[in-house]
Amino acid sequence: MAREWETVIGLEIHAQLATRSKIFSGSATAYGGSPNVQANLVDLGYPGVLPVLNREAVRMAVKFGLAIGATVARRSVFARKNYFYPDLPKGYQISQYELPVVASGAVEILLDDGARKSVGVTRAHLEEDAGKSLHEGLGRMSGIDLNRAGTPLLEIVSEPDMRSAREAIAYMKKIHTLVRYLEICDGNMQEGSFRCDANVSVRPKGARDYGTRCEIKNLNSFRFVERAINHEVARQVELIEGGGKVVQETRLYDPGRDETRSMRSKEEANDYRYFPDPDLLPLSLDDAFIEDVRQGLPELPDAKAARFAKEHGLSDYDAGVLTASRELANYYEEAARASGGKWKRTANVVAGEVLGRLNRDGLDIQDARITPILLAGLVARVEDETISISSVKPVFEWMWDHGADADAAIAAKDRRQIKDTGAIEKAIAEVMAANPRQLADYRAGKDKLFGFFVGQVMKATAGKANPAQVNELLKRMLAGP
Amino acid sequence: MSLHASTAAEIGRGLRAKKYSSVEVAKHFLGRIERANPGLNAFVTVTAERALADARRADERIARGHGGPLTGVPLAHKDIFCTAGILTSCGSRMLSNFVAPYDATVVERLDAAGMVLLGKTNMDEFAMGSSNETSYYGPVKNPWDTGKVPGGSSGGSAAAVASRIAPVATGTDTGGSIRQPGALTGLTGFKPTYGRVSRYGMIAFASSLDQAGVLAQSAEDAALVLGAMAGFDARDSTSVDAPVPDYAKGLERPVKGLRIGIIREFFGEGLDAGTGAAVRAAIDAFRKEGATVTELSLPNLPLSVPTYYVVAPAECSSNLSRYDGVRFGHRCKDPKDLLDLYRRSRGEGFGAEVKRRIMTGTYVLSAGYYDAYYLKAQKVRSLINADFRRAFGQVDVLMGPTAPTPAFAIGAKTDDPILMYLNDIYTIGANLAGLPAVSVPCGLVDGLPVGLQVIGPHFSEERLLATAHAWQCATDWHRRVPAAYA
Repeated sequence: MAREWETVIGLEIHAQLATRSKIFSGSATAYGGSPNVQANLVDLGYPGVLPVLNREAVRMAVKFGLAIGATVARRSVFARKNYFYPDLPKGYQISQYELPVVASGAVEILLDDGARKSVGVTRAHLEEDAGKSLHEGLGRMSGIDLNRAGTPLLEIVSEPDMRSAREAIAYMKKIHTLVRYLEICDGNMQEGSFRCDANVSVRPKGARDYGTRCEIKNLNSFRFVERAINHEVARQVELIEGGGKVVQETRLYDPGRDETRSMRSKEEANDYRYFPDPDLLPLSLDDAFIEDVRQGLPELPDAKAARFAKEHGLSDYDAGVLTASRELANYYEEAARASGGKWKRTANVVAGEVLGRLNRDGLDIQDARITPILLAGLVARVEDETISISSVKPVFEWMWDHGADADAAIAAKDRRQIKDTGAIEKAIAEVMAANPRQLADYRAGKDKLFGFFVGQVMKATAGKANPAQVNELLKRMLAGP
Repeated sequence: MSLHASTAAEIGRGLRAKKYSSVEVAKHFLGRIERANPGLNAFVTVTAERALADARRADERIARGHGGPLTGVPLAHKDIFCTAGILTSCGSRMLSNFVAPYDATVVERLDAAGMVLLGKTNMDEFAMGSSNETSYYGPVKNPWDTGKVPGGSSGGSAAAVASRIAPVATGTDTGGSIRQPGALTGLTGFKPTYGRVSRYGMIAFASSLDQAGVLAQSAEDAALVLGAMAGFDARDSTSVDAPVPDYAKGLERPVKGLRIGIIREFFGEGLDAGTGAAVRAAIDAFRKEGATVTELSLPNLPLSVPTYYVVAPAECSSNLSRYDGVRFGHRCKDPKDLLDLYRRSRGEGFGAEVKRRIMTGTYVLSAGYYDAYYLKAQKVRSLINADFRRAFGQVDVLMGPTAPTPAFAIGAKTDDPILMYLNDIYTIGANLAGLPAVSVPCGLVDGLPVGLQVIGPHFSEERLLATAHAWQCATDWHRRVPAAYA
């Protein structure tokens, strides 16, 4: 009597904005300084100090709003979220509550089956981050590091539009790509610059009302988000099928044990006593400012991928892979242009060899050891048949390891294609002599063995023989005199 | 004429005429503080060394011919303004160990004008009070009768200037905290338009109402000091970027043709008869000088007190959250855990009135009550605003009493918070609407001073100062000094 369940997921993503200084003070935002060196009197919440809004943070939020086709509020309001915690110096966090700067946007994600789906973004608002409490290595004491206090965050709240962990990851990756394209967030998840909370509930398939949701806090990798959601869905289904009820609560994902556990229930939740911050005037944005931000927007990933598909003839999948970051797309496009517009061949080399190598070495495209121009040289050598496809990999690897151009690599690895008919005939003759049984079978009508002979000839020539010539000569010589 | 009987402006002129040096002036006032302060409790901290150093610098500046009208003139700051390297207690046990690491903008600007810092004055704890009885440092005595309160919360500043142990002092006004003590001690108490003076470094009570101002002997002094402290400050987002007029120059503007409105609601029940009579007589005198007088109704104004006692506690409950015993201020001994640290540090650090307001404020902001209290108060606030706007369509200034009664006895109202709150019934409206207002002495009732309040539209400081100045040219109430301090 197993019922079918539908998962409903909404995400709250916190993207740390890449401003030089904090959202309400002039302190630096750089990561990793010794504790409290990047906290001034405003960050420390000293008596008498006042917040002054960083315009750059506003510009970044507006950029994001425009990029997801959202409404950018002409008037938004900063509010105080009141609660006590030692790493929250003022006893309140300045955030936006009733009137956020960005509302009602959407992004499109590509599903596993190739279909597209729109995920709504309810709102995105500006707020300040808190500091960090440190409990390790201090004995009975706790330490407080306020370097992060006041760092600008954009909290991006989605609609409950996702129906599986895979969709949630696709959405999260989409936002991740977007904020890096816009250069408003470095996207570094290890350092916590990009993290998310997931609201998860289940309901019987076809039901109209949502089930009771749990919020899973502070997920800082794509893998954890997927595992935490899958775990939570299983927990909720098991609970309900066992006759229990899901309680609305905040849960924490423990990656070590791969489980979520309760942090606090709805009853224990704080009453944050939000009210408009009287130290800050409402944020007013005029059309000229918004238009100015719009003019400065880069080509966005979706538009770029569509252009790659339409103008370069790439598949949707490849176009998506190559636009995962602005730097990668630029690398591909520069290499393809330098190769004289060999779009597909360049795309294959970038998506295959370059990304493969980066992935293996744990590097980003910015760390690529060969320039797009050098890569274009490799593509050119395939195009002019100096090397065959099977030589791309070894030549590429040598280029990468030596930072060398294609010709040097081809010479060093001796990968130049063999086009000398005599040499190929000689190789074929030797293969025929070495495999009399197969030859006899072939001549007896076993055509399938043709591929075997191609393989043997290529092997004998270390993959360097011109494939067309090999085909043609093999056909003639196998047929017999 | 003795030095301490001189106004700040007169001392400034005397310094530039080389009648005396700033060091001599500073020593004179430090001596007076030493003798009178134990009886008055007006100062929390006296900064004698700092005063002499300031004075020497001022003398050099004057000698080079670079002295301005306030260079070398002593002043006292309310202990709510952060002063680098000097205890800034805000009248609270919570900050009784707090040496500010920076100067407030007001402090910085008056310093730049060459003024000489005598010390920091006593005040109601976190500026919450109307009698200066909530201070951790004990009540301040009214120089006119030391059995009486000087008003509050800027009671220390008021007592210091009224007793002429300081020529002029700063104050802050959230609900009347400059004007009411000004009225109760016979001073000119000036509260500027919200946003005219930077709040940076002024310890927050209720951010949307707090405004720095002056307790002075005359409108001229108020004009000089206000001119030096006012103006845009990028560190305060609510400070207004508008040029500061030369207030002292505008003082001579004639009263003739001035359109005065009398607020009908200010002359009803609760107003002491003697005070009412003195205020009416003053308004009559303006009429005789060629002003026109119209009686007006501001129907929503009687809601000021309840509105204020929602808005101000709400903001204070949040503003005072930073005093948690973690980074500065009072911390309880041997906290056993985090909750214990919070509970005892705050429980021990704050006095009863501050706690009352934090609790009120927390209540009105809490889920389920926000709409009924905080939101409704904000709506009433805009109605009060509209009342004032309408009135200023008809008249140039509004006049009425500053406080309902002259100074009352110490201890008389401490058991009844509502009775205490009603002291601010005439002053709160200007705070809720962000308007400038001044209290000027207009008589003595049973030997105690009473004040005439003049309220103007936003940024009408010049007009208010000129009106107060005209009154002071025609009267000598502001020249009266309690006999013991003459």
